[in-house]
Amino acid sequence: MSEEIIRLSDVGMRFNLSTEKVDSLKEYFIKMMKRELRFNEFWALRHITFSVEKGDRVGILGLNGAGKSTLMKVIAGVFRPTEGEVVKQGVLAPMIELGAGFDMQYTGEENIFLYGAVLGHSRKYMEEKYDEIVAFSELGKFIHVPLKNYSSGMKSRLGFSIATAVSPDVLILDEVLSVGDAKFKKKSEAKLVSMMNTGVTVLFVSHNLEQVRRICNKAMILDHGEIKHFGPIKEVADIYEEMTK
Amino acid sequence: MKEKIQEFRQYNNLFTELVRKGIKLKYRRSYLGIVWSMIEPLLTMIVLTVVFGTLLGHKEKAFPVYILAGRLLYSLFSQSTTAALKSIRKNEAMIKKVYVPKYLYPLSDVVFNYILFAISLIVLFVVSLVLGVYPTLRTLLAVIPLIVLFALSLGVGMILSTIGVFFRDMEYLWNVGLMLVMYTCAIFYYPDKILSSGVRWILSCNPLFCVISCFRDCVFGRPMNAEMLLYATGFALVTLVIGSIAFEKNQNRFILYI
Repeated sequence: MSEEIIRLSDVGMRFNLSTEKVDSLKEYFIKMMKRELRFNEFWALRHITFSVEKGDRVGILGLNGAGKSTLMKVIAGVFRPTEGEVVKQGVLAPMIELGAGFDMQYTGEENIFLYGAVLGHSRKYMEEKYDEIVAFSELGKFIHVPLKNYSSGMKSRLGFSIATAVSPDVLILDEVLSVGDAKFKKKSEAKLVSMMNTGVTVLFVSHNLEQVRRICNKAMILDHGEIKHFGPIKEVADIYEEMTK
Repeated sequence: MKEKIQEFRQYNNLFTELVRKGIKLKYRRSYLGIVWSMIEPLLTMIVLTVVFGTLLGHKEKAFPVYILAGRLLYSLFSQSTTAALKSIRKNEAMIKKVYVPKYLYPLSDVVFNYILFAISLIVLFVVSLVLGVYPTLRTLLAVIPLIVLFALSLGVGMILSTIGVFFRDMEYLWNVGLMLVMYTCAIFYYPDKILSSGVRWILSCNPLFCVISCFRDCVFGRPMNAEMLLYATGFALVTLVIGSIAFEKNQNRFILYI
């Protein structure tokens, strides 16, 4: 069963936190002349090495600012790591923020095809999935309304429905289950569980420890950009509970 | 290289969707929709003809064709480069959340503007017929300056979109730059006097002027000026190469600046 699907070796991500944001030409030249172009280096992630096997459900735990979202973005390919290497296989569905890539002037229907394309799927494939997506999102006739008139719950429901309809190999969930009403929350969790049974790999970022315990079989604690613990869910979750007491 | 081609295949559909989105949203919620891409140049042509025809005393029957040809090509260049300049910033929400090959944004902006431009060429064709400028075999050669125009817009667009990420000022600078380009394009005046004078370079250095001039030659059934065509083609290719390299080299840093 041990088929590696994601492997990170010694990954580091450095940001330049310029004390003042320089984004005009004039400012840049003045600062260059005065030699004031200083950056504060900041490693959001450092020496991250781990691998995820096919079918694993890994919970990512950590306090705010520990680097969880950065890690997800590095895996999703949004950030190119400053050092180290990320190797991945299969189709990845990042849900770092539901509905990234939605266009507010577009209707729900048009956005389904746009978002599908963003995730790298063909129009034909999306046409096949269309009915399923609309049904799951429970948007009904609102699917023909421009997105700018949607409530935030409706938007995330649509985003969730699209991202999960396309049967990815790896699902990256960053705090996405905390949106929507209780009923939809239950439904989306059920959907995730049914997807997991088909062997999808999940990376799950959440502050809801109870949910992580329910969904994941492994967990990781990040602290200041480094992995503190990585192992079976029970162990790690207990440590985390102790930590946050 | 092989990876690049494979990636383009995978995201081919996104490219189509982005172009479709550009066209769909441009005239959304207007009553006439895409018809505007034909009416708008027609109306501008009438205004420019009335103003400059009387002002400069150009009473020739075909003067509107002359104006329209120049105006159409210039507005494609200005609209597509301005759109490309803003394309990365405009799509920052998407870029920050999912991996997408970033060149798709400036490319799709230039392409969708080009498609609308191609539609508006119908107006030029009709106006030409009405005013007695009939197509000849030479008219078919107009395809050549139009291809050069595409390469030029894309090349300049790629350069601008790269700069635009790091320096917001570029948007305002480019507005001024475009004004300079417009006045040295001879859109609403005849360039002969300037071309035969000592300041000829003011016009002939402008690659867009050369493209427009060659295009007009084709429309009016005259042979193109080979020197101008070569210069414009060379200029377009150089910008395209510079633009692609600059974009490719910097695209991984975009995310840190938007």
